[in-house]
Amino acid sequence: MLPVPRAIFEVLRKDLLLAWRTRARVAAVLAFGVTSLLLFSFAAGPDTVKLRANASGYLWLAILLCSTLALTESFRYEVQNRALEGLRLIPTEPFAIFIGKSLANLLLLLLLGVALVPAMVVLYDVSFKLGLPMMIGVIFLGAAGISAPGTLYGLLAARVRSGEVLLPLLLFPLEVPALLSSTRATELVLTGDPMGQLQSWLGLLFAFNVIFWSVCGLLFGRLMEE
Amino acid sequence: MASARGMDWEHAVGALGLGLLIYGSYQGLFVLPPDRFMGDVMRILYVHVPAAWSTLICFTVAFVCAIGWLWRGTWRWDVAGEAATHVGLVFGVLLTCLGSIWARPTWGVWWDWDPRLTTVAIMLVSFGAVTALRSFVDDPERRATWSAIAAIVSYVDVPVVYFSVKWWRSLHQMQSSPSTVDPEMVMVLRINAFAFLFLAIWFIARHYRLIRIRRDAELGELS
Repeated sequence: MLPVPRAIFEVLRKDLLLAWRTRARVAAVLAFGVTSLLLFSFAAGPDTVKLRANASGYLWLAILLCSTLALTESFRYEVQNRALEGLRLIPTEPFAIFIGKSLANLLLLLLLGVALVPAMVVLYDVSFKLGLPMMIGVIFLGAAGISAPGTLYGLLAARVRSGEVLLPLLLFPLEVPALLSSTRATELVLTGDPMGQLQSWLGLLFAFNVIFWSVCGLLFGRLMEE
Repeated sequence: MASARGMDWEHAVGALGLGLLIYGSYQGLFVLPPDRFMGDVMRILYVHVPAAWSTLICFTVAFVCAIGWLWRGTWRWDVAGEAATHVGLVFGVLLTCLGSIWARPTWGVWWDWDPRLTTVAIMLVSFGAVTALRSFVDDPERRATWSAIAAIVSYVDVPVVYFSVKWWRSLHQMQSSPSTVDPEMVMVLRINAFAFLFLAIWFIARHYRLIRIRRDAELGELS
């Protein structure tokens, strides 16, 4: 039996290696994110004040839209070459595989989110009142909130026909609390937090992560079995 | 469909539900006085609130059935879960329509981003997606497991959505309790609550039988 930390590390390493080898695809997802940010500004109009006020919402919508592409990609290889059988044969807990894959997706989404920040600064003319490290911290927690349910549903969607339609259908309603708290927290990082609300939103995001990393981790094994 | 021994039991429950609904609606519409602040508009709450309770009960049944399927793996859990989800969706849509009709004259808008409204909307979309998932999967066993997983995740999300939207914004009036409502009105509300509960049981039981026949036929073809 492979120890759980070792299994997590191996799955994470495999996924990151795959992402690195197909980095052109990761770049394409990023380009899609930048395009979304650009399109939001066309939909809202050229009013700089309005764009600046909605910047956090646009950033998180772009990350959420990118996530469906990244998550679909994450399981495409597993299903395409029957690599999933190999994953299933690893002598370890399914929970370890879930954590490994979710961590890989989390890092990928974090990278995409951080890469979208300069585009947001340029397009919406925002500044970071609470500093860039805090911004990255919020993106980390938000990306974690997308990656755990996203990994569960990504595996599910990869195994059904027209799964790319199903993934956002299942994932987006679920993500409402994560989207809401990430957007509010980002807004506070951008505009300052005189009322001390940031902690509450980060707390909610943290609680969302704890709940869904545990629930999805428990259910992932059943999904792998079928 | 009558069973070999006569009428199915759920018809009696349904008839009782219908009877109670007719009596409760008559009381609510014609006998009880209008509300001091909201006037006649308030009368819709006699069906709106019971519809909300039934929706929540149906989705809770679907959640319990999802756990039952994953734990025991017997088909009746899956069939009951599917039936409860469908009936919950019907009651949920009814609840949303009734709420909107009430909100327009009371709040001046058809919709507001209030925690309860938003939570119901998200719950409906989530369980709608679970129903959609079923149509994407051909293999019955996989379909049952995958939709059970999606139902559990969707149900767990409900309190988190409620809590987060509550922080975001709140307009919906506080929950009514027997201490804030006239005893006569509470009585009618209770009568209608039982009426909706019996109707929900009736619908779920009827739908269960129908899905069961379909599932048996499907499994028969496969074996």
